[in-house]
Amino acid sequence: MSLPSHHPGDTLLIDYAGGALCEGASLVVATHMAFCPCCRRMVGEMEAVGGALLDDLEPDSVSPDCLDALLARIDRDESLRPPPCRPALQPPAPQRPAHTPTTAARPIIPEPLRGYLGGGLEGKRWRFLQPGMAVIDLRTGSSAVTRLVRMKGGVAAPQHTHGDIELTVVLEGGFSDELGSFQPGDIAIGDPSIEHRPVADPEGCLCLSATIGGLRLTGPIGRILNRFMDF
Amino acid sequence: MADTAPSLEDLLVAVGREQDRLAFGALFGHFAPRLKTYLRRLGCESGAAEELVQEVMLLVWRRAETYDPAQASASTWVFTIARNKRVDSLRREQRPEIDPSDPALVPEADEPADRRVEARQSNDRLRAALKDLPPEQAELLRMAYFEDKPHSVISAEHGIPLGTVKSRLRLAMDRLRKALRDVA
Ligand SMILES: [Zn+2]
Repeated sequence: MSLPSHHPGDTLLIDYAGGALCEGASLVVATHMAFCPCCRRMVGEMEAVGGALLDDLEPDSVSPDCLDALLARIDRDESLRPPPCRPALQPPAPQRPAHTPTTAARPIIPEPLRGYLGGGLEGKRWRFLQPGMAVIDLRTGSSAVTRLVRMKGGVAAPQHTHGDIELTVVLEGGFSDELGSFQPGDIAIGDPSIEHRPVADPEGCLCLSATIGGLRLTGPIGRILNRFMDF
Repeated sequence: MADTAPSLEDLLVAVGREQDRLAFGALFGHFAPRLKTYLRRLGCESGAAEELVQEVMLLVWRRAETYDPAQASASTWVFTIARNKRVDSLRREQRPEIDPSDPALVPEADEPADRRVEARQSNDRLRAALKDLPPEQAELLRMAYFEDKPHSVISAEHGIPLGTVKSRLRLAMDRLRKALRDVA
């Protein structure tokens, strides 16, 4: 598989690495990282920046009881543990069911998304959104609407702009809009300055999107649909 | 190692291998006061911050076995634990992260062997580079890590144009990356 060509960029990765990005948007960024060794490395470096910033913070006095209380908790903890007769090294992780990229059923759903889907797409109920377009809603806290979106080949999402930010990562197939062509692993970033109308590639498109601040449909019909539809 | 103080990394490894309580006490002495400042900057009042410091340090104790000094400095490792814990406790959200052992991860095209600089040295270089950052870049970087606000919100709340926020963060990151990657 070729590596992605559309990345979140420094500022969004800093939001993710520092922990400021909400859960839904973080899920999209982390899913991109599963496709992108380059961004994995960047986030590792940004976490190192977090470590250095933590070291440079002015220490605040912690009450002397704090460590004692903690050690007492650790004692209770240890007494609940089974006696330390097992080897210190952890046993090798159990073999996972076949998710190997080459042999696995399509599409490949990497972690952490796979966990949010309870393992994969099998048996999931898709919710109809418009002809050729269906979604699965994911639970990711209250700050973003996060969903898996499936579009049939050639289907267009309504033209829209964004209340705040919309992050989309392609899992299978692809789509194109005013900003470019997006393939598996690519991340697309929509904000209030961007008005677009994504169209699925001929083979269709499966993607994950998180929307903060809602969408506003802007096409002539969309303005009317805004009032009725749950986009 | 007899005549020099053990590094934070040495201490963390000792906690992981031998459940060394003295080493843990020394780690607590270094990190707890800084974690308290971190959590207070994120809006915790003093008592709640200390409770959360305890939670974070308890996780440090429990997970020390999994710490790998070749992957991250002790400070980086503790930072990620504190970050995830505060997202969970203060924001009631999960922290989605990749699973490094997931076979579905797209591997690196060619793994450069010499990329693994020792994590502790890279932490020293980073701290030196942080001191050299222009103040407006350093200030934005601290806001990004310590205020639980994405850069778009920082821009709106502080009246700094979004483009300026982005370019300052990028410039800061460029310099810090250079400090990390260019090993003299
Ligand atoms: Zn990337």
